Amino acid sequence: MPNLPMSLVFFMLIGTSLFFYFYSKNNILKKAAFVGQRSKALPSHYGQQSFLWAFIPSTIILLFLTVGGPNYIDQLFYDKIQESNPKLNQSFVSLILAKVINVSNGKIATDDEKILTLASDYKAAIDQLYFYRGLVVILCAALVGMFVSSLQSPRANARENVEKFIINIFFVSAVIAIFTTVAIILSLLFEALRFFSLYNFFDFLFGLHWAPNVAIRSDQVAAAGSFGMIPVLVGTLLISFIAMCVAIPIGLFSAIYLAEFASPRTRDFVKPTLEILAGIPTVVYGYFAALTAAPFFREIGFSLGLDVSSESALAAGAVMGIMIIPFISSLSDDVIRAVPQSLRDGSMGLGATKAETIYNVVLPAAIPGLVGAVLLAVSRAIGETMIVVMAAGLSASLTVNPLDSVTTVTVQIVSLLTGDTEFDDIKTLSAFGLGLALFFFTLLLNIFALSISRRLAERYD
Amino acid sequence: MAIKFRTKNVEVSYSDKKAIKDISLNIKKNTITALIGPSGCGKSTFLRCLNRMNDVIENCSIKGSVLLDEQDIYGPDVDPVELRARVGMVFQKANPFPKSIFDNIAYGPRIHGLASSDNELKDIVHNSLEKAGLIDEVKDRLNDQATGLSGGQQQRICIARAIAVSPEVILMDEPCSALDPIATAKIEELMNEISETYTIIIVTHSMQQAARVSKKTAFFHLGDLIEYNDTDKIFTQPENEKTQDYITGRFG
Repeated sequence: MPNLPMSLVFFMLIGTSLFFYFYSKNNILKKAAFVGQRSKALPSHYGQQSFLWAFIPSTIILLFLTVGGPNYIDQLFYDKIQESNPKLNQSFVSLILAKVINVSNGKIATDDEKILTLASDYKAAIDQLYFYRGLVVILCAALVGMFVSSLQSPRANARENVEKFIINIFFVSAVIAIFTTVAIILSLLFEALRFFSLYNFFDFLFGLHWAPNVAIRSDQVAAAGSFGMIPVLVGTLLISFIAMCVAIPIGLFSAIYLAEFASPRTRDFVKPTLEILAGIPTVVYGYFAALTAAPFFREIGFSLGLDVSSESALAAGAVMGIMIIPFISSLSDDVIRAVPQSLRDGSMGLGATKAETIYNVVLPAAIPGLVGAVLLAVSRAIGETMIVVMAAGLSASLTVNPLDSVTTVTVQIVSLLTGDTEFDDIKTLSAFGLGLALFFFTLLLNIFALSISRRLAERYD
Repeated sequence: MAIKFRTKNVEVSYSDKKAIKDISLNIKKNTITALIGPSGCGKSTFLRCLNRMNDVIENCSIKGSVLLDEQDIYGPDVDPVELRARVGMVFQKANPFPKSIFDNIAYGPRIHGLASSDNELKDIVHNSLEKAGLIDEVKDRLNDQATGLSGGQQQRICIARAIAVSPEVILMDEPCSALDPIATAKIEELMNEISETYTIIIVTHSMQQAARVSKKTAFFHLGDLIEYNDTDKIFTQPENEKTQDYITGRFG
C-alpha cells in the first residue's frame, strides 16, 4: 500500500484546492460569456469560493483522522490483547500495547513472536489508515470542489459567499480561544476542588502558615502539612511591589523622555536597545539576580550593619523590575505618542511650557493606556517564576521585610509539582489551590485596573 | 492707527525647502487681518512665526525680524512661553483638552497664575465664556467634558480658552474650516465683537469669510506676499493680476 504521510496529503490538498481556484476563475468567464453578461462578482471571488470549499472541510477531515484514527486503532489492539489474555490487568495490557507500538516504529527490538506479529499487524493497520486518510481527504476536496464550481453561476454573488465563509472562520477562531480558556479554568477548578475536599477552604485562604512537608509516599513518615496561603501570597505581593517600585518610575520616565524629548536619532537607538531587555530569557535574569544582584545587596546591607539574607526579596524584586522596564517604557511611549499633536499645540499656544503641557495635557490624555501598560507589567511580575526561584529562595516566611528570603505562589507551584509526586496527594493538589487563587487574584486585579482606567479616561478624538 | 506686528524680510525654511520668502508686513492693532491664498502658499507658516509655534517643529529655521510692539520676538531675551501668553492661538481643528469645560478655560489662567483665588478664577472663566458667547449654552454644565460639545461649540471653547489668558493678539488658523455655516456665522460674529480689544490675524480659505470679517487682507502665493491692502480694495480693485485671478476663482 503506498505510503501517504500527513505532509504529502496536505500538499496534495493544497494542490487540488488551487486547481479549483483557477478552474472556477476560468470557468465563470466562459459561463458569463455564454449568458452574455458580466458575472456579479470578480472571477477571482468564484475561484476563492471553490478554494475555500475544497480546502477547509477536507482539512478538518484530515485533522480529525490524524488525531482520532491512531487512537481508534490503539483501542482495537488493546481489546485484541485483552481478549487473548483475559487474566491480565489493565495496566499490563497498556504496557504490552506500548511495547507493540514501539516495536512497530522500530524504536525497540524484541524476540517475542507474539509481539512481533502484533507489531506487524499494527503497522499494517496504521499504513492502511494513512492510505485511506489520504484517499478520503483528496476525494472529498475533489468532489466538493467539482460540486461547488459546477453550481457557480455568474448571477450568484460569490463575493458574499466568500465573505460569509471567512467571517465564520474568524468566529470559529474566537470560539476556540474562548473554549480553551474555559477548559483551562475548568481543569484548574476541578483539581482545586479535589484539594479543598481534603483541606478546609478557609484554612487555606486565611492560614498564616505554609509548610507542605507531608509524606509524599505512603512509606514515608512526616508531619501533617499546613497549607495557609497568606505567607506565599504576601511573598508574591512583596516581590511584585519591589519590582513595580523599580519599573514604574524608570519605565515611565524613559517613555516620557523617548516620546517628548529625544531626537529621532536618539530614539531610534534607545528604543530598540530597551526592547532587547524584553528578549532576555528570564533564566538569565535569574542568575543575574542570584549571582550579581543578591551579593551586591548583601554587601551593601553588611556595610550598613543590616542583616541581609543571601536570597532576598529585594534582589529578586529589583531584577524583576529591570526585566519589566521595557514593557512599561515601550508601551507607554506608544501611548504617549498617540496623544494628538493638536492637544500639545493647543497647550503650547496658550503659553504653557513643555513640562506643563506634558503634566497637564499629555499624561492625563494618555492615562488609560498607561494604566494598561502598568497592568501588563504587574501581571508579568506576579506570574514570573524563574527569577524568584533562583534569587528569593523557597522559605515561606510571613514577612514584609525585603531583606528576608521569601517565596511566591508560582515558585511554590513549581516546587510542588516537580520531582517525585503522586497526583492524588494533598501536597500536589495544593498546587492547584494556589493556581486557582493566583488566577482569581490576577482576575480581580485586571477588573480593578480596568475600572480605574475607565474612570480616568479622558476621551480625545 | 498703531502697528502691532511689524515683520521685515521674514523667511522660513523647513530643512532646505523655503516655505515663505521675504515677507514684510505691518499689522494694525485691534483690527482683523486676513491671510488668504491657495494651499501650501505659506500663510499658516507665517502665522505660526508670529508666536514662535514654529520653534516646536524640527529643522525649521527663520530669518528676518518680527517685531511685536517694536520689540523683536526672536531676540535673545524673549521667552517664547511668555510670548505665547501675549499672542494666543486658535487652531484649524478644535482641540479642547480632554477635561471639563471649566478646566479647559481655566487652563491658561492656572499655568500663568492669573487668578489669586478660586472666585477670581471662576470670574475669569465666566467672563471668557461670556465674551465667546458661550455662557448661556454651557453655564449649567461647566463640569461636563468639553470634548462632548458640538464642533462649533468646541471651537468657541478654544477661543474662550485663548481669551482667558488675556492676550493682546489672537492668531486663528482656519478656525471655521471644519464647521457648518451657522457655527461659522457665530464665530465670525464673535470675532467682530472682540476685535475692539484684540488684534486678530486669521488664516482662511474662504474668501467670503475674509471679505466679511477683515479690515485688511494679505494675499500669499507660493511663499510670496503678493498683495496687502484694505480688504475692500483687495476684493474690488486688486492691483496684482494673480490676486485678481485668485479672488475670481480662476486658480487656487
